[in-house]
Amino acid sequence: MKILVGVKRVVDYAVKIRVKPDRSGVVTEGVQHSMNPFDEIALEEAVKLKEKKLATEVVAFSLGGPKSAEVLRTALAKGADKAVHVQVTDAEAGKLESFHVAKALQKIVEQEKFDAVFLGKQAIDDDSSQTAPILAGLLEWPQALYASKVEDAGAGHMKVTREIDGGLDTIKVKVPFVLSADLRLNEPRYATLPNIMKAKKKPLKNIPIKDLNVDITPQTETLEVTEPPVRQAGGFVDDVSALVAKLKEKGFVKA
Amino acid sequence: MSLRSRVIDLYKNLYHMGKEYPGGSKWFHDRLKLAFSKNKEVQDSKQVEQLIARGEFVVKEIEALYSLRKYRAMKQRYYDKDEEVSIATQKFEDSVKKL
Repeated sequence: MKILVGVKRVVDYAVKIRVKPDRSGVVTEGVQHSMNPFDEIALEEAVKLKEKKLATEVVAFSLGGPKSAEVLRTALAKGADKAVHVQVTDAEAGKLESFHVAKALQKIVEQEKFDAVFLGKQAIDDDSSQTAPILAGLLEWPQALYASKVEDAGAGHMKVTREIDGGLDTIKVKVPFVLSADLRLNEPRYATLPNIMKAKKKPLKNIPIKDLNVDITPQTETLEVTEPPVRQAGGFVDDVSALVAKLKEKGFVKA
Repeated sequence: MSLRSRVIDLYKNLYHMGKEYPGGSKWFHDRLKLAFSKNKEVQDSKQVEQLIARGEFVVKEIEALYSLRKYRAMKQRYYDKDEEVSIATQKFEDSVKKL
């Protein structure tokens, strides 16, 4: 089984997000970036399957600006065999949508004959969670979304446990399939320094987006990006009667 | 690999990991340097082995710390229901059924 894993370069989870003064987006210049944490989980699962000899090759994929190569190198350090970087300019990268990523993934899958595509359940920047289902639709493959456990079910099938509201859902999917990884699927490994060094020798292929014939014209227009409302500071009251008076004043208790 | 190069590799590895230390990389790097220079006179190979083992243990601990930190951040952001609370709720509901 050849597995393609989609990884996205996002603003690091530990960074405090700031909105640009003109409200057109968030500040990304000079900000620490890293691999989307859910993509790390998807990648870890693919690498684990390879270690269990259930997969033969793990290829990391990223669609993004020149710096997306960094996360692909991290993916290689974490155990991917090869990497594919579908290149766009930084300006285009900011306007990419799940649909475009799914389209690019579809082209790569069709060119190189993959048996499975693993993706994070969502990216922590746009939180859209749509790439995996759109891709499954485009390829007409079964989908296993929000996976928390992946097992071999034999005869070209996989058994996947999914996290759903209020419980778990166990499904059997026919290979080839699309999977999206949930938080509890596994614990991603750390990219150690020796592995980062070794990863520099692994192959990374660059493909300009125009070579894939994928139209990346935006379908949505961002009107405004704003900060979440700031929580008002609380206050102290002197005694119980003052508290009751305040509550009555606000209408929380009937007079 | 010689002991000397293993010690250097360990230092480099720890230095690399310290770059994303939650309390700031400076704190970590200062401590790291101090810990190594404190033992710079150690010549006995057995003792050096022991110190390397200790350093490798620290590497594992930091890895665990980083992974927990990320896991907790994701859980807090995307999973509003606390697992412990929902387990406790389930327990309560089960006991109520028995009444």
